[in-house]
Amino acid sequence: MSSDTSATSLDSGEQIPAWQTVKLGMAISPELKQGLAGTVALAVLATLGRIVVPVAVQQTLDRGLTAPGGPDVPFTVQMALLAAVAVVVTGGASYLMTSRLFRTAETGLASLRVKAFRHVHDLPLLTQSTERRGALVARVTSDVDQVSQFLIFGGVIAIVSIGQITVATVVMLVYSWQLTLVVWLCFAPLFLSLRFFQQRLSAAYGVVRQQVGTLLAAVAEPVVGAAVVKAYAVEDRTQRRIDEAIDRHRAASIRAQGLTAFSFSLGGVSAGLANAGVLIVGVWAGLAGDVSIGVVLAFAFLVTLFVGPVQMGTQVLTDAQNAVAGWRRVIGILQTPADVTDPGEAGTPLPERPVDITFDHVGFAYPGGPPVLHDVHLEVRAGTRLAVVGETGSGKSTLAKLLTRLMDPSRGRVLLDGIDLREVPFASLRRRVVLVPQEGFLFDDDLAANLRYGRLDATDADLAAAAAELDLSDWLAGLPRGLRTRVGQRGESLSAGERQLVALVRAQLADPDLLVLDEATSAVDPELEMRIGRALERLMSGRTSVTIAHRLTTAENADEVLVVDRGEVVQRGSHAALVAEGGAYGRLHASWVAQQGRGPAAD
Amino acid sequence: MSGPRTRAGGTSTMRDGFHVLGVAIRREPWVFTWSTLGSVLFGALTVADAWVLGWATERFVLPAFRTGELDPGIALAVLALFLGVALLRAVGIVARRLGAGIMQYRMQAHYRRAVTRKYLELPLEWHQRHPTGQLLSNANADVEAAWAPIAPLPMAIGTVAMMVIAIAQMLLTDLVMALAGLVVFPLVLVANVVFQRIQSPLMTRAQALRAELSEIAHESFDGAMVVKTLGREAEETDRFAHKAAELRDVAVRAGRVRAAFDPVLEALPNLAVLVVLALGVQRVLDGDAVAGDVVTIAYLLTIVAFPIRSLGWLLGEFPRSVVGYDRVTSVIAETGQMTYGDATLAGHAPGRAASLALEEVGYAYPGSEPLLRGVSFEVPAGRSVALVGPTAAGKSTLTALLVRAVDPDTGRVLVDGTDLRTLAHGDLARHVALVSQSTFLFDDTVRGNVALDEDLDDEEVWAALRAAQAEEFVRALPDGLEARLGERGTTLSGGQRQRLALARALVRRPRLMILDDATSAVDPEVEGRILAALRDAAGPGADPPTVLTVAYRKATIALADEVVHLAEGRVVDRGTHAELLARSPAYARLVNAYEDEGMEP
Repeated sequence: MSSDTSATSLDSGEQIPAWQTVKLGMAISPELKQGLAGTVALAVLATLGRIVVPVAVQQTLDRGLTAPGGPDVPFTVQMALLAAVAVVVTGGASYLMTSRLFRTAETGLASLRVKAFRHVHDLPLLTQSTERRGALVARVTSDVDQVSQFLIFGGVIAIVSIGQITVATVVMLVYSWQLTLVVWLCFAPLFLSLRFFQQRLSAAYGVVRQQVGTLLAAVAEPVVGAAVVKAYAVEDRTQRRIDEAIDRHRAASIRAQGLTAFSFSLGGVSAGLANAGVLIVGVWAGLAGDVSIGVVLAFAFLVTLFVGPVQMGTQVLTDAQNAVAGWRRVIGILQTPADVTDPGEAGTPLPERPVDITFDHVGFAYPGGPPVLHDVHLEVRAGTRLAVVGETGSGKSTLAKLLTRLMDPSRGRVLLDGIDLREVPFASLRRRVVLVPQEGFLFDDDLAANLRYGRLDATDADLAAAAAELDLSDWLAGLPRGLRTRVGQRGESLSAGERQLVALVRAQLADPDLLVLDEATSAVDPELEMRIGRALERLMSGRTSVTIAHRLTTAENADEVLVVDRGEVVQRGSHAALVAEGGAYGRLHASWVAQQGRGPAAD
Repeated sequence: MSGPRTRAGGTSTMRDGFHVLGVAIRREPWVFTWSTLGSVLFGALTVADAWVLGWATERFVLPAFRTGELDPGIALAVLALFLGVALLRAVGIVARRLGAGIMQYRMQAHYRRAVTRKYLELPLEWHQRHPTGQLLSNANADVEAAWAPIAPLPMAIGTVAMMVIAIAQMLLTDLVMALAGLVVFPLVLVANVVFQRIQSPLMTRAQALRAELSEIAHESFDGAMVVKTLGREAEETDRFAHKAAELRDVAVRAGRVRAAFDPVLEALPNLAVLVVLALGVQRVLDGDAVAGDVVTIAYLLTIVAFPIRSLGWLLGEFPRSVVGYDRVTSVIAETGQMTYGDATLAGHAPGRAASLALEEVGYAYPGSEPLLRGVSFEVPAGRSVALVGPTAAGKSTLTALLVRAVDPDTGRVLVDGTDLRTLAHGDLARHVALVSQSTFLFDDTVRGNVALDEDLDDEEVWAALRAAQAEEFVRALPDGLEARLGERGTTLSGGQRQRLALARALVRRPRLMILDDATSAVDPEVEGRILAALRDAAGPGADPPTVLTVAYRKATIALADEVVHLAEGRVVDRGTHAELLARSPAYARLVNAYEDEGMEP
C-alpha cells in the first residue's frame, strides 16, 4: 500500500488510540449512548438469570434433598417455582436488552454511515484521483458493518461474559472463598493467555484478509480481462495465478481456523481441572466443616459459567480489535478536513449574468507533489469564449478544476465577477458554474433520470427541448426507448461518445452563466463532434465559456486562446495571431495540421 | 442462465441442502470422517463429563461427607477422570473445528477453480451475455454460500450423537426424571427450526440490502465528478440514506427476532432442570432414586441443550447454500467453449508479415439485429489498412473476430489462408496481436503485464516499452519494471495504460497487428512517434507487421496503404485515402469534418 502515488491523503485514523476511537465514535453517533444505562441494567438482570438455576440446584440439594430429617418436598417445589419465575423474568430482560441493543447500534451506525458518505462527497479526493474508490466504499459499508456486528454480538457477549463471570464469582464467594480461589487458579492461566492467543489470531486473520484481496483480484482477471486473456491466449498463466491465489487463501484460512480451534478448546480443559479441584478441595474443606455438600455440587454448575466466556474471549477480543480498526477508518474519513468548504448563507451569491473571470496570481500543487500551476494571472471578460490548449500534463485540467472550485488554489485567488470563489455559496456556485468533464458518468437508471441531473424539475418536454437545442433530436429518436432507455451500470449500454452527449444535455439543462468544457467531446466521431460543436456555439452564446481541447478546431472558433505549458500561461490571443506568433502554439498547430494530413504548406 | 431454480417449499430445500452436503462429503470423505469422529468424541465426552460428576458425587463427595474421611485414591481418580475427559474433549474440539474448516475451505477452493476454469474456457460472447458483477459473485459469494453449511455440519452430527448418548444415559439413570427432562429436546429443536424459518429470509434480505448499499456507494463515488459539478450531493446522500435506513430496519427486525428466541432457547433447558429437581426430590424421598441421579440428569440437560442449536445453524444455512450451489453448478455446466483445430501457422517464417482475409463475414450479438453483414476484404502481407467508419459501425466487433475472441455467425476469417477455427489453441496469439480501446491491466508488475507468459529478459521488455513510448514513465516509477499495477498498485493515466497495452503487443513481435483506436488517449505528437516506432519494431532483419488499424485521425489514416470504409455493418468502399476522398462524399464528410468546420487556409 504505497500512499505516495495518491493525490491527497485520507486520514487513515491509524494513529487514534483504541479508547479514543470509541469515545470519538460515541461522540459522532450520540444515538449509541441513548438508553445505554437501561440496556446495561437489563444486561445485568439477564445475566443474573444464568445463575438462578445453579443456585436453585444448590438450595434444593442442601435444604431439600439432603435436609436433616429427609428430603423436604414443599421447599423444593417452592424453590423450583421461584426459580422458574426468575428464569422467565430474566428471559424478558434478555429480550429487552438485545432488542434495545440492536435498535441503538443499528440506528447509530446507520447515521454514521450516512455522515461518512456525505463527507466523502465533500472531500476533493474523488475528483482528483480515481484510485482506491473501492477502499472508500468499504469504509461506508463493510467497515461500518464490522462495528455494528461487534457492538451487537461482541457487545452482548462481552457484557454477558463479564457479567456472568462477575456474578458467578460473587455467588461463589458467598458460598466459599476457598473454592472460589481454586476455580480462579484453574482459569487464571487461560485469562492471562487470552491476549497472547488474540494477537496470534489477529495476525492470522490479517493474513486471511490480505489473501482475500489477492483472491478477489485474481478471480476478477478471467472476467474483467476476458478479452485480453483470450486475445493473448494466456489462459494457462491466468489459471496458474488464480490457483496460486486460491491455494494461499485456503492455507491462510485453515491456519487461522486451526488457531481458533486450539484456543477454543482450552476453556474445557480449565473447566475439567476446576471441576476436579472444586470436588477435591471442596470435600477436604467440607470435612473441616467449612462448606456443605450442596455448595460443592453448586460449584460444578457455577464452573460451567466460566467456560463460555473463556472460549469466546479470544474471538471477542479479535472482533473488538477489528471493530475498532473499522471504526477508526470511518472516523478517519470524518476527520479528514474537507478542504473545499461551503461558506453557506454567509457567502456572497453570484449575480445572474455572464461573469468575468480573474486568476489572481494562482499557484497549485497537490499535497506533497511538485507545483502544477505557477503564478497564473489573467482576466477574462464576461461573455468571452476562451479556449485553453496545451500538452498532456500542462495543467489545463487543473485550471478547469480551480475555476469550478473542485479544488482551491494553493496560492492566490480565483474570482468570478470580483468575488473570491471561496466566498460563493455552493448553492449559487453549482447553479451558475457548470463543468462538463471528459467522462460523462451515468447512473444505472433511464436516460431521463440521468439528464435530470442537470435540472431536477425538468419535464420530459424540457429534456427533449434541451436535446433539440444541441441538435441531438435524431440521436434521441434513434434510441430504442427514447428517454426511457436504460443506460446500464455506469452508462455502459451507451457508447463513450453517447455518454458525452448526455453530459452536454445536462449542462444545457442547467443553464449556467459560466460553462467549462474539459475535453467534453473527445470520444465522438469527428462528424458528430463538429455537429455538436455548432450546437455548442449556440449554448455558449451569451455566457462566459472555457473550453479545453486537444483538437485545435475548438481554438480556431474561440474568441481567445490561452496556451498553457508546464503550469504557466505562455501565450494568449486569437488563433490567427498565435499561429503567426509561432512558439508553443505554433508547434501544437503544426503537429495538429500534420495529423490532419494536410501538410503545413496548406496553411 | 445461472438464476436459481424455483423451489416448491421447505422440504425440498431441506432435501437439496442435504444433497449439497452429500456432494461435499463424497469429495472430501477423509476430512469429513475425522472431523465427525472428533465431534462424536466431543459429544461423548461432554456426556461423560456429567457421568464423571455423578460418579464423583456418589463415590467420592457423598461418602466423604458421610464418613468424614477423604480417600486419596479416589480423589486421584476423580482428578484423573476429569482431566482425562477434558483433554480428550479438547482433542475432539480441535479435530472437529479444524476438520470442518479444512473441508469447507477445500470445497471452496475446488469450486473456485472449477468456475474460473470455466470462465477461461467459455468464449467472449458468453462473457458479454453475463454481467460482470454476477460472474464475480458466482466465483466468490455463491461459492462461499454453497459450502457454508459445512462449518456447523460436524458439530450437528456430534450433537445428534451426543443427544443419543445423553438420552440413553438419562433413561438408564432414572426413567421418570429422564422422560420429564426429555420433553425439552424436541421443544428446543422445534424452537430452533421456527427461529431459522423466520430469521433466514430477514438475513437474506439484509445481505441483499448490504450489496445494494455498496452498489450505491460505488456508483455515487464513481460519478463524484458529476455529483459535485452539478451540486447533487444532497440528493445522492438521500439516496444512500434511504437504503441505509432500509438496511437498519431489517437489521433491527432480525435483532428483535433473535432477542425473542435466544432467551426461549436458553430458558427451556433451565425450566426442565427445575422440573427434574421438583420431581427428583419426590423420587429420592420415595427411595426410587439417589441424589447423584438428580445431579446427573440436571447436568446432562444443561450441557446438551445448548449444542442443539447447531442443528438450527445447519438448517438455517440451507436455503442460501442451495441457491449458491445451483448458481455455481450452472456455470460449471455451461457448454459452448470454442473448439480448436490442430493447424498451426508455424510453417510461415517468423519475421515475415501475415496476410489477412475476411470472406462474407456476418455477426450479430445475441437477440440483436446483425451488426456485420457480408464483410469481405483482404490485407496482403506487409500492408497496412485503416478501418474507418462512424461511431457504432461495427469496427470494434470486427477486430474481436480477427483475434477469434468471437467466431462469425457466417463466413470465414483467414490468416495466411488458414481459417482461424482450424488453428490450435494459442497458435493465433503467437502471430496476431490486438490492442483495443480500453486496456485491462493485470494485478501484477509492469513486467508481468507486458511479458504475460513469455520468458523475456529486461532488454526485450524495455525495447517494447521504448517503441510504445512508455519507457520514460516506467523508468520514473519507484520500482521500474517491478512496480505493481492494478487496483492495489500504482495508478496510471489512460494514455499510460494504452502505451503499456501497445508494449504488450509489440514485445511479441506479431506478424499481424490490430489496433482498435489504441492511441486515442495519447497526444497527437506521441501518437506519431508510436506509429513510426511500430514500423521499426519488428526487429532487425524482419519485415514490419501487417497492420489493421481503426482510427479517426487523418494522420493515422494517412499512414495506411489503403482504407476500408465501413458503415452500417458493411464495407461500403475501399481504396486509398485519396481515392475515397475523391469519390465518396460520406467518407469525405467523416474524415474531413474538422477542416470543413473552417480551418481557414
